[in-house]
Amino acid sequence: MLEVSNLACSRGDHRLFYGLSFSLKPGQIMQLQGENGSGKTTLLRALCGFMMPDEGEVLWRSENIRHLGEDYCSEILYLGHLNAIKDELSAVENLCISAGLSGFVLKENDAIAALRHMGLRGREALPAKVLSQGQRRRVALARLMVSDAKLWILDEPLTALDVGAVALIQGLIAEHLENQGMVIFTTHQPFRVAGMEMHSLSLS
Amino acid sequence: MKVMGYKKSSLLQLLVLVIRRDLVLAMRRRADVLTTLVFFVIVVSLFPLGVGPELGMLRKMAPGVLWVAALLASMLSLGRLFSADYQDGTLEQMMLAPQSLSMLVLGKMIAHWMVSGLPLVLMAPVLGLQFDMSAQPLGVLIIGLLLGTPILSMIGAIGAALTLGLRGGGVLLSLLVLPLCIPVLIFGTGAVEAISSGLSVASHLSLLGALLVLSLVFTPLVTAQALRISME
Repeated sequence: MLEVSNLACSRGDHRLFYGLSFSLKPGQIMQLQGENGSGKTTLLRALCGFMMPDEGEVLWRSENIRHLGEDYCSEILYLGHLNAIKDELSAVENLCISAGLSGFVLKENDAIAALRHMGLRGREALPAKVLSQGQRRRVALARLMVSDAKLWILDEPLTALDVGAVALIQGLIAEHLENQGMVIFTTHQPFRVAGMEMHSLSLS
Repeated sequence: MKVMGYKKSSLLQLLVLVIRRDLVLAMRRRADVLTTLVFFVIVVSLFPLGVGPELGMLRKMAPGVLWVAALLASMLSLGRLFSADYQDGTLEQMMLAPQSLSMLVLGKMIAHWMVSGLPLVLMAPVLGLQFDMSAQPLGVLIIGLLLGTPILSMIGAIGAALTLGLRGGGVLLSLLVLPLCIPVLIFGTGAVEAISSGLSVASHLSLLGALLVLSLVFTPLVTAQALRISME
């Protein structure tokens, strides 16, 4: 499904990686490894189509994502360093708007159900600015539950999360993989999904 | 557990969602809206005080003063058009929206106009009285502003997208956008001067209308492209 061939990216004059090739099939999960500054985020952003790679191409269903455009966008879910959460809006409003931007009308009751599952019971109507870092991350991660994207691209999804939340994410990822989804992510924490083989890619 | 109680949204629903979101945000951050309006009121009110109570002169300069003040006031809020979404990562999500980015951008432009352009239009008749403007020129001024201020928001959005993430982008933004707004200024003030000297305003207003339609078609596309460049 996702194929990367001979990819090269640089930041300014500094070349981060080159000749990078890999592929990801339905039901597979891949962890990107590498030191700080080795280009993990850059690679993920290139996979989303935010930046043009210097060389090589990213293929989705054997077609370049540059040509697929919005059709590709509807099949991926990207969660970056930034939570994309508005301080002034409540958790429910934030989630409904995120879902709306990714092309779905999400009912308020469904948003509340998702947030409760993420351990935010009682915090649904609070403005996001009074939530803690970890809670804001949970609101952002609740998007995983209300999306039907095939490919999840997660940049450090575990930052600021406690043990309970990490277990929740593991559960969501396992379910996604069982449904023939794909995940590509980075993390500096030990992370396993029970019963799943973890492919890993090292950038150096 | 997966929540599956959703259905695909149409292009129009997405447009409404973006407009509503920006309006709600503006209402919860009211200070931003008020600065634009208060700036406009103060700048316009300073002129009669500075120039003195010579009615003939005030009447003559009224359209120019009101239009220039509206132009400057609309510059004030442009910097915030995309920067908040850029800083908290919402812009990334918008670029990954399965519908065209131009549509989202159009929604943001409309919301920006409703928050920072429309209040100026509504305030203009009151301020016009300070310049002893009579009913007919006032009416033309308001129609002109109604047609012209959305153009300012739309042209401004291109500049805002290009200067996104730059330090000191605010000054650069004004330098980029103000020259492009000159036609709007000329036709807007020209219409009021025409009616004051008994000529027809149709040509000025139709030119403004044409500019508005042109901007509606092209500026969302250009702004979306500029945002893509800024996000790289």
